[in-house]
Amino acid sequence: MSIFVDEHTKVVVQGLTGSQGRFHGLRNRAYGTRVVAGVTPGKGGQDVEGIPIYDSVEEAAKEQGADASFIAVPPRAAADAILQAAAAGLRLVVCITEHIPAKDEAHVSARLVRDFPDTRLIGPNCPGVISPGKCNIGITSGDIALPGGPVGIVSRSGTLTYQALHELSQQGIGQTTCVGIGGDPVPGTSFLDVLEAFEADPETKAVMMIGEIGGDAEERAAEYIASSMTKPVVAYIAGVTAPEGRKMGHAGAIVSGSKGTARGKMEALTAAGAVVAANPTEAGEKMVEIVRALG
Amino acid sequence: MDLFEYQGKQYFARYGIPISQGEVADSVEEAVAVAERIGYPVVIKAQVQVGGRGKAGGVKLAADRSEAELHASNILGLDIKGHVVKRLWVERATDIAKEYYASFTLDRAAKQYLSMVSARGGVDIEQVAEEEPAAIARTHVNPLDGLDLETARDIVRRAELDEVAREEAAAILVKLYRCYVDGDADLVEVNPLVLTTAGRVHALDAKVTLDDDAAFRHPEWEELAGAAEMDDRERLAKDKGLQYIGLDGTVGIIANGAGLAMSTLDVVNQVGGSAANFLDIGGGANADVMADALEVINTDQNVRSILVNIFGGIVRCDEVARGIVTALGRVEEGWPIVLRLDGTNAAAARQIIEDYGSDRIISEATMLSAARKAVEIAAAGGRGERS
Repeated sequence: MSIFVDEHTKVVVQGLTGSQGRFHGLRNRAYGTRVVAGVTPGKGGQDVEGIPIYDSVEEAAKEQGADASFIAVPPRAAADAILQAAAAGLRLVVCITEHIPAKDEAHVSARLVRDFPDTRLIGPNCPGVISPGKCNIGITSGDIALPGGPVGIVSRSGTLTYQALHELSQQGIGQTTCVGIGGDPVPGTSFLDVLEAFEADPETKAVMMIGEIGGDAEERAAEYIASSMTKPVVAYIAGVTAPEGRKMGHAGAIVSGSKGTARGKMEALTAAGAVVAANPTEAGEKMVEIVRALG
Repeated sequence: MDLFEYQGKQYFARYGIPISQGEVADSVEEAVAVAERIGYPVVIKAQVQVGGRGKAGGVKLAADRSEAELHASNILGLDIKGHVVKRLWVERATDIAKEYYASFTLDRAAKQYLSMVSARGGVDIEQVAEEEPAAIARTHVNPLDGLDLETARDIVRRAELDEVAREEAAAILVKLYRCYVDGDADLVEVNPLVLTTAGRVHALDAKVTLDDDAAFRHPEWEELAGAAEMDDRERLAKDKGLQYIGLDGTVGIIANGAGLAMSTLDVVNQVGGSAANFLDIGGGANADVMADALEVINTDQNVRSILVNIFGGIVRCDEVARGIVTALGRVEEGWPIVLRLDGTNAAAARQIIEDYGSDRIISEATMLSAARKAVEIAAAGGRGERS
């Protein structure tokens, strides 16, 4: 089994006529994802390599029976795009857009909680979600993932998500689902949400978790791991050498005073019973040991 | 973007938050002229983006012209924790009765805005936060509800601000909220928010961090950015739109994605090296961006080798490879480049590099081996050979 997506997931791509949307949307389709429609206001009636374009998500969802959205639109249009997808009743929205203003993210998050509690947002500023061999929504290169499980991956960092997939696939270890939750201050889906889903998924036998400096999402994940997780977790936290008070690339990654340091997160995870690795390669190696021991 | 105090105060003023009357001065003469204009006594304050400037002698009260001259000349050029004072803020001195604290920021865990108000403001607020957290009234604000005056009144009452200060403080809190939200700030902090002996309330300091991602709807931010504290490398990088942070090591780092860039720094450190910078070429990297990144790193005097660590997702490795080739065509001299490419279009990228056939590019298969190679070359003073 997989979490959040599977071979039946029907995807509409918001921004399919743009360069990023087109490249990744078509690549998702080539991977086998059921990309059923695109949405670009004002371009309804056109098509992108046979994929019909609609003016609104609502129309696209109704005509094509879509249940998920892949958003690849510029930052200033992203908040509206997410809410439009939620209002159309889609259960899953994956937003890869980076550099969305924090106020827009906070507003969207509050709207989803109040008005659209059944819609799960993954991202923004994330690589997306891939269930190898079944469905790939987002910008992950499908050929670095290996179908068949038994490992679930959850990561706050885009490129480290690929690194994690790569480390496991190189060793012949497959993945059930890999979820990039994104590194922005207000992610739609948290470590906690994904850990819960993996814990409940019978085919996922172990979880690799990639965190980074800033915030306390990893510490909260550690609490859940300690209290409720029966499956082994291997964790890696980026940013041990990050200087204090400087944003490392995006708004999420900042050490302020003693808060949000890599060391603090590593200690919390170790205390929670997770295996904590010093670098992505070591995380892969530790996971290989665990999976082999599972038989 | 972190604002200087004077910029923060000017930003506050846009939203109607009362501040002390004052002006910026870049020289002793200007400082004296401002002081004469607004009337003594004045406070002369160093404009640096670092805490503890008062204890370092960067804030002085001047009762007359000769004191203003003396303090301005002492503070200008003062080195405060590595920050050299180039600009002063001169404002009318305030008769302080009480010092409070007020701020808005984002509580990521709650996914809501967080208001913090305390009657125990001043230089020791961090200690108060640690030792007596109950002395700070924390209130979540739902972005959909906003902050009305009624709620603000409740907050200042719970924060136990003096009764005489509450009505003005509540009104300021509402304005501060507007400044935080409409002003697209990641942080607005007033410490201290003062009650004067005359019974008025106003902001005596201003700490404002703007959300760079919202710059597209704030054309007025452009002039603020010009004053930002940056070294030459950082300014060049910013001009080229790169996410760059200067560090002290010898291995120049270029990676895509904040996580991978941070991880690359960590791994370089683990194998005994030190990074010269953090540079994230981001998700939209193409050949030009890559060429710009190499150009910025080449201006760093400490660099002896360059580690390029790319895992293609939205970034296409072949674009990165073309960028490196373009950059090498533009800049003839430069340090050896250790290259690790995986992900989207990696095979095509490796072919581009191979066809180019430069001795300056050393390809490595893994992140760890690439880090080792780059550190080895840097340790040898920049000499390396293709493996």
